[in-house]
Amino acid sequence: MLDPSIILNHKLVPKHEKISKKEAEELLKKYNLTKDQLPKINEDDPVVKAIKAKKGDILKITRKSLTAGEAVSYRIVY
Amino acid sequence: MSDIFEKYKGKLPKNIIEYVRKKTEGRSAKEIRKALEMALEEFQKNQAEPGEAVGIVAAQSIGEPGTQMTMRTFHYAGVAELAVPQGLPRFIEIVDVRREPSMPIMEIHLKEEIKTDEDKVIEFAERLENVPLEDVAEIDEDFAKRRITIIFNEKALNEHALTLEEAMKKTEKELRRKAKEKVDNAMIFEPGFATLRSLRRFVDRIREIKLCGIKGIKKAVVLPEPDGSGWYIQTEGTNLVDVLKLEGVDPTNVFSNNIKEIEKVLGIEAARNVIIHEAKAVLDGQGLKVNPRHIMLVADVMTYDGTVRPIGRQGVSGLKSSVFARAAFEETVKHLHTASIKGHKDELKGVTENIIVGQPIPVGTGIVKLGMK
Repeated sequence: MLDPSIILNHKLVPKHEKISKKEAEELLKKYNLTKDQLPKINEDDPVVKAIKAKKGDILKITRKSLTAGEAVSYRIVY
Repeated sequence: MSDIFEKYKGKLPKNIIEYVRKKTEGRSAKEIRKALEMALEEFQKNQAEPGEAVGIVAAQSIGEPGTQMTMRTFHYAGVAELAVPQGLPRFIEIVDVRREPSMPIMEIHLKEEIKTDEDKVIEFAERLENVPLEDVAEIDEDFAKRRITIIFNEKALNEHALTLEEAMKKTEKELRRKAKEKVDNAMIFEPGFATLRSLRRFVDRIREIKLCGIKGIKKAVVLPEPDGSGWYIQTEGTNLVDVLKLEGVDPTNVFSNNIKEIEKVLGIEAARNVIIHEAKAVLDGQGLKVNPRHIMLVADVMTYDGTVRPIGRQGVSGLKSSVFARAAFEETVKHLHTASIKGHKDELKGVTENIIVGQPIPVGTGIVKLGMK
């Protein structure tokens, strides 16, 4: 497969980071969500593999947005 | 000074903060704070409210100008660019997420050192192109003598920056068999098969040999970078994995219009970006002004569950949990039938179901409910 650095540095791939348990709890509380209401990301997604995230981790994704300039979104690895 | 803006970071989008920063240059801290406060108020007023039917708004905002799109694919003559399907056909391709678009295209940007030199870029492009043996040679079969002769056309080889030796070596390597004889530009094989059938199969294998280039890339053209910083390569046919590994390619800046391929190689978020980029390119190309937030919503819906789902029967609409909502869309009988056999339940939570049974729909004011504490 491809080198993780190639995937993570690609123009089309926004920044993905794992968030801590505490941050995850705060997030779910802030939006009054359960984990399964979050958007998902596949366990075998190349980016998930590249940053070595595991099932159940929540990823914080900082996208470049056409409307907001920068937008933060979350996905749960399943 | 800058910490005034810092305080608004989580509250206001980056674009708005930057805008206010630019407009308030040279103003006092008090004035800047006031401007930011006003911007925040205005921003909150203009956000979508809970229960707002954003999907319907998006559908209408794309659909209405979409009626103006060309329904046929036109090809341009004379331009050194590949004929991409445009307008409606391409848009349908995007929302249907075909495994392969009717014209898969890659844009390959090269590293700084190479991209300013047109000749080097052209050479690079020639090496990418996949050249089948059939294109540069004639294959002569003599079934009576069980002999096959490959006659290379040197002029054709030159066009693809190949030498005769390279071509012959590659052919032998691909066939895992040495030629019996080499005369000038011809190779003679006598594989010694007993049956005609195996000889036939051997000839077919020869025909399929690719002499150079990258698998899947049929054509490569060199185009100037829009910002004038050099040249880039546009290819017909895509092979993201192999191109990203190539020496000289800028691996951060290789683009493919094949959404499925991007999803596989670069992940779901990259696929989302390609959907937005491609859909926007189609609409812009037709001179239609659609606010990008609507396209972003479509891309979000298509990618929220981790794989790219088409809009339609096999995708977003077909995966709805409500039986009524699916039945109202397509294949009514099928859905009602299986639901009644298997005893499915409809929670009546969506819009379609509630219209069918004649209840207020959970949109806008209908979404508000009275709760007890």
